[in-house]
Amino acid sequence: MTTNESKSLQAREKSEVSSSTEQTRPGPVFTPTVDIFETPENLTLVADLPGVTADDLNIDLKENILTLSGEAAQEAGNDEQDILREYRTGTYLREFTLSEMIDQQGIEANLKDGVLTLTLPKVKAATPRKITVKTA
Amino acid sequence: MLWRHITGGPGWELTRNPFDELERIRREMDVLREGLSGGQWREAFAGVFPLMNVTEDNNNYYVRAELPGIPSNQLDISVTGDTLSVSGEKVVPSEDENAKYHRRERDAGSFSRVISLPGQVDTDKVAATSENGILTVTLPKAESTKPKQITVKAA
Repeated sequence: MTTNESKSLQAREKSEVSSSTEQTRPGPVFTPTVDIFETPENLTLVADLPGVTADDLNIDLKENILTLSGEAAQEAGNDEQDILREYRTGTYLREFTLSEMIDQQGIEANLKDGVLTLTLPKVKAATPRKITVKTA
Repeated sequence: MLWRHITGGPGWELTRNPFDELERIRREMDVLREGLSGGQWREAFAGVFPLMNVTEDNNNYYVRAELPGIPSNQLDISVTGDTLSVSGEKVVPSEDENAKYHRRERDAGSFSRVISLPGQVDTDKVAATSENGILTVTLPKAESTKPKQITVKAA
């Protein structure tokens, strides 16, 4: 196995969107970065949501549309004055369309260190059944 | 026909300022860029990970950075009289070979950043917390940096 050197991490500005619906809270709306990968049993979605606690995170599933929205906590206290501001905080919002092969009842969510891991199990294929014929 | 030629038929543009068109395009691009960035304030983009916000009040400096997915015991934070250094590595666990990636937007890698503070800090009392992926470093100002009120004596 070849050893990989760690490449250095590049800074990225958060991508801001103007959302189609009005926000009830003022502030910018950002698209969180996600990784989506698939194993034979599950579809897993991992999203970076720094500053969002489990209480402020909403995961809604309606008609096959999965909506992630989270409110990042206000950082600075009111007495503090800005010296340098390189990033803003606001609301995170992203929507995905799920295919029918997801078992919606079994979706699990885990939030740790600002990273949300959403595990979406796939519907198990109907197990083949042998049908016996009863003779009357 | 001669009249039309003088006042601006096609071909007349050769003798006008050729940069007029470019100026107009540049102005329109500025307006477009203003609109895209929200126009409220331009952020300083250092281009170095992690992006930091620095604030202060009378007693402390506060440095915050967004570091999702990095547990606090993997951060290396050190401070000298007026600089703060944060380094570490963001690991995105690689899944087993059965996994097929449909989207890969989260970066992984090592980072290191040194930021200078506007004034000296008391290095013994610096504290750092990491919550929900946000690192907050509280740096108490050294006595010499704290603002002192000076009373003006009436003559």
